Amino acid sequence: MPLVLTEEQSMLRDSARGLINDKAPVSHLRHLRDSKDETGFSRDLWKAFAEMGFSGLLVPENFGGSGLGYVEAGVVMEEIGRTLMPSPFLSTAVLATSALLRGGSEAQKSAHLPKIADGSLLAALAVDEGTKHRPLQTSLQALRAGNGFRLSGAKALVVDGHTADLLIVAGRTGGAPGERNGLTLFLVDPKAKGVAIERTVMVDAHNAARIAFDHVEVNADQVLGEVDQGFQLLDGLLNIGRGAVASEMVGLSEEVFGRTVTYLKERKQFGKLIGEFQALQHRAAELYVDIEITRAAVLKALQALDADLDQAGAAIAVAKARAGTTATRAVQEGVQMHGGMGMTDQFDIGFFMKRARVCQELFGDSNYHAEQLARMKSY
Amino acid sequence: MSDLETFRRETRAWLEANCPPEMRRPMTSENDTYWGGRNAKFSSEPQRVWFERMRDKGWTVPDWPKEYGGGGLDRAEHKVLREEMTAMGARSPLSSFGIWMLGPALLKYGNEAQKKEHLPKIAAGLIRWCQGYSEPNAGSDLASLQTRAESDGDDYIINGQKIWTSYANYADWIFCLVRTDPTAKKHDGISFILFDMASKGVSTKPILLISGYSPFCETFFDNVRVPKSHVVGTVNRGWDVAKYLLQHERAMISGTGERGIGRPLGQVAADSLGSDDAGRLDDAMLRSQIAQFDIDEAAFAAVAERAIDLAKAGQSHPAFSSAMKYYGTELNKRRHEILMSAGGIDALEWESERSRGGARPRAWLRTKANSIEGGTSEVMLGIVAKRILDLPGA
Ligand SMILES: Cc1cc2nc3c(=O)[nH]c(=O)nc-3n(C[C@H](O)[C@H](O)[C@H](O)COP(=O)(O)OP(=O)(O)OC[C@H]3O[C@@H](n4cnc5c(N)ncnc54)[C@H](O)[C@@H]3O)c2cc1C
Repeated sequence: MPLVLTEEQSMLRDSARGLINDKAPVSHLRHLRDSKDETGFSRDLWKAFAEMGFSGLLVPENFGGSGLGYVEAGVVMEEIGRTLMPSPFLSTAVLATSALLRGGSEAQKSAHLPKIADGSLLAALAVDEGTKHRPLQTSLQALRAGNGFRLSGAKALVVDGHTADLLIVAGRTGGAPGERNGLTLFLVDPKAKGVAIERTVMVDAHNAARIAFDHVEVNADQVLGEVDQGFQLLDGLLNIGRGAVASEMVGLSEEVFGRTVTYLKERKQFGKLIGEFQALQHRAAELYVDIEITRAAVLKALQALDADLDQAGAAIAVAKARAGTTATRAVQEGVQMHGGMGMTDQFDIGFFMKRARVCQELFGDSNYHAEQLARMKSY
Repeated sequence: MSDLETFRRETRAWLEANCPPEMRRPMTSENDTYWGGRNAKFSSEPQRVWFERMRDKGWTVPDWPKEYGGGGLDRAEHKVLREEMTAMGARSPLSSFGIWMLGPALLKYGNEAQKKEHLPKIAAGLIRWCQGYSEPNAGSDLASLQTRAESDGDDYIINGQKIWTSYANYADWIFCLVRTDPTAKKHDGISFILFDMASKGVSTKPILLISGYSPFCETFFDNVRVPKSHVVGTVNRGWDVAKYLLQHERAMISGTGERGIGRPLGQVAADSLGSDDAGRLDDAMLRSQIAQFDIDEAAFAAVAERAIDLAKAGQSHPAFSSAMKYYGTELNKRRHEILMSAGGIDALEWESERSRGGARPRAWLRTKANSIEGGTSEVMLGIVAKRILDLPGA
């Protein structure tokens, strides 16, 4: 598989870019933040997204979607990263769709996938509980009760959790935190008794929630995949999410870098353009190289997801780790090279810095993935 | 089955049948590679067998046209061959500046007579070339070179000095930058010329390096007579040829082909340092450095692959080889720093059988030149800044 986009993929990118630039430049996010918008994203825009086929990108055609792959999802995520547009694309179109596709029964798929494709259903994946991403440490209790289960525990950083119509929740039906066995995924109605959702206003003005579960009852037919065997399913989903977030970080890095290079060619000090100073030229060049390398690693990982999800672990770890480091560097250099301007809220650069920090943390930061890679390579 | 899959299957089978097992192991020293030339000697029988079989297939230069001794493979086939050789750990049958640098420049800028004369000899390893670019006062600022070529009828008379000429003392011919018009602006009076190192007036003096080896020389030209027909490309336009050649040199030095061969760093470190009960390397900081390295190396492998795919799709930037050269060489230096650290006290031994003559520390020292030779990292970053990012200032 050549590591360049096909013509169809480039066309998809252009149409996503067109829509996003037009309807959701960074000022869109700024407006949502300043108006303390309740949902934190625009439902109208999501409808427009659905009409263009983006919400059903991964949904198979027989369920009303376009049946495309993870490379295509990454293409859209990258464009989202360029303007930081808040949207349920990651949570619903990528994660929930993949969860249903990979773990769902026919009944579960036909109940939810067409609605995801037409933009009427929003969903969220609830995994993390502690301070850092540690999926194996999941401890939310899912005790057997009658013909179903009863969930008790809490989740942090549930992306789009406060607007979801459907929650996908990882819980422990067996084993102890740290063990692979005993994890199970559930489809939970956020309106069910005992579910308490608190929207967390985060540093990047995007949407996430803390969700508490207090003896929430779920039926056996709300289990996604197999009881106790959910880790493999979850791990695959998380890898998909990591690939998507890495793509977002590539878009974000490239955008912030592009703005920085433009500034280097405009701003004058000491009677010269600051871009003439070699100290800055070399740092810009290094960053360029970093971004190019990261872009290749991320594309490689997305192709690996499409080829064989279960074999993609190492490529994903490389991609997410690199993307996190590169994005961090890109936003830091972006602010630094803009000088005082870079520190002002009025200027957009800060938005990228904040989003990069959240993306770094989502589904494991660079250190987490370096650790995973070391284990995969047994040292 | 597609043609390419058939080609892959046949290639794999041929390599399996023809590559001696000894040629599938990582090299143990720089001398372990065959350089060809008039005075060439094989260091072992398997080395000879492997070279000759590859040469007979045209696979010392798989992507050159067959009429010039090449294999005539297209890009996709060439990539398959490289992949299959890497998968097997097969060594390159011939190391050669003729292949890496001069050949591509001749294919683009040489006239038919020059191509017919030189390319087949490069492919067959008959002539060993060296590169006469740098001078004592023209390193990074290569275009300020002073070696003069003065017209004398059908010949030039060449006078001057080169430095850092790798293997000049073993080379048969040199490709050389000379000043043919001293009055022109510095880039406009340079010509690219070829001549025999056995010509009267050429002498070399080896320079000892920190690795204990002397892989290069000072090279002196004292009234060396060279036919004008040996100029490649247009007289006074040699800078174009020089730059084109440098792109290939940089791609080669970035080491994109060689990576991934040899034992993984994590394992090398575990062998010498041991692991804890959970299987983790018994040096947490080093383990973390290795993991970071592995991430960057895997990502670099991806960008190397992408660079080829981009070129194929006609989407690559001509200066991208500078980006690759910069990162690839810095990465290689990191690799060897980690190897030294993993080797600990054992890696400090300079001589002795056990240390294979101090192979590890010598290789470590050698890598420090990677970010200097072929243009320094600073110069590469300058090229990226100006040519790719279009930042202002000369
Ligand atoms: C192992 C080895 C093999 C070589 N083989 C050959 C060969 O076969 N043939 C050949 O012709 N040459 C060869 N070279 C020479 C090599 O190309 C030069 O050493 C190289 O181009 C640097 O030139 P210099 O040594 O004169 O360093 P200088 O140009 O003096 O550089 C010194 C320092 O200043 C920095 N510097 C210089 N200019 C700038 C600038 N504009 N901006 C920022 N920093 C700058 C450099 O990056 C470097 O750090 C070889 C070198 C080595 C080490």
